[in-house]
Amino acid sequence: MATIAPAAYDSKVEGNVIFSRLDACINWMRKNSLWPMPMGLACCAIEMMATACARFDIARFGAEVMRFSPRQSDVMIVAGTVTYKMAYAVKRIYDQMPEPKWVIAMGACASSGGMYRSYAVLQGIDHLLPVDVYISGCPPRPEALLEGLMKLQSKIEHERAIYDQKKELLEALS
Amino acid sequence: MTLEEAASRLESQFQIVNRKTFREEITLELTLAQIEPACRFAKEQLGFDFLADLSSVDNFGDEPRFELVYELYSLSSKIHLRLKTRVSEDHLEATSVVHIWATANWHEREVYDMMGIRFSNHPDLRRILMWEGYPYYPLRKDFPLEGKPSEIPEVAFTEPAPLAGGPFVSIPGAHIADREPRAHRVGDD
Repeated sequence: MATIAPAAYDSKVEGNVIFSRLDACINWMRKNSLWPMPMGLACCAIEMMATACARFDIARFGAEVMRFSPRQSDVMIVAGTVTYKMAYAVKRIYDQMPEPKWVIAMGACASSGGMYRSYAVLQGIDHLLPVDVYISGCPPRPEALLEGLMKLQSKIEHERAIYDQKKELLEALS
Repeated sequence: MTLEEAASRLESQFQIVNRKTFREEITLELTLAQIEPACRFAKEQLGFDFLADLSSVDNFGDEPRFELVYELYSLSSKIHLRLKTRVSEDHLEATSVVHIWATANWHEREVYDMMGIRFSNHPDLRRILMWEGYPYYPLRKDFPLEGKPSEIPEVAFTEPAPLAGGPFVSIPGAHIADREPRAHRVGDD
């Protein structure tokens, strides 16, 4: 009967094994393939499109897969003025996104209502959704959106993916 | 047909409350009951085939309070005529002109949405910008810019917007140097 040799002592495999925490691996995978839900509501959406195009190329950060279905997306980029009429529609789309999910408030309007201090405009999408990253600018340049995306990536890096998001599962197992 | 001819033909057919000429533009004011027949006459007899705009004015404090403004244009004669009529706050209803110019449909819906003037015989008089059930008419002079609270569960809600320190808020009535928004910051007053 043949015996299986322990792999750890195989000199051909040894250099290709990395030890890490599962959290770190999951975060690393998540942050490098953030699929955005482009919530383009006003002029900020134009800058968001420019960010996706060749000159600025959001694909360098793994976020080029703009999904127009909330069920396939990870991060909602709220780009533009959120009117009260649109507010609940944005919330409904956010609710349909699977966990884990993040929100970027792009530009002055999405962050605070911007220059629209008026009866028709929601004074910041954070009245309805938990926002992870705010980007200033009116509208922000594509570099600013990329900076916001990188900020979100470093935020994801420090999340406790297993402990926080699989808490109920871990409790059920133990 | 010149603008002067068109205006005098309207004047001979209808009772004109007021006539103004300003920078070669003629404005005719009619009674509320006559505005719809006058529009029909202008379209069918005078060739005003294009309704360039239909809008409303809130002369808060005056009586009658509201004003409807019809901007007529004739593409063949290249003349522009303005018709006006007054609408009282007690009876906020005018006759629709959708059957004369189809483009009036959305214009009248906007007037209804923003000013609260209803149009009889309108085929589909719903709000156009705000949502059904919103309790106010936001372009009226007595409606504050920051809005008023409202709530329809699952449809929409509104809250008053903070105006202090806003970049575009000026103080009415003050001297221009004090009125400038950048002179005011949060906590100044």
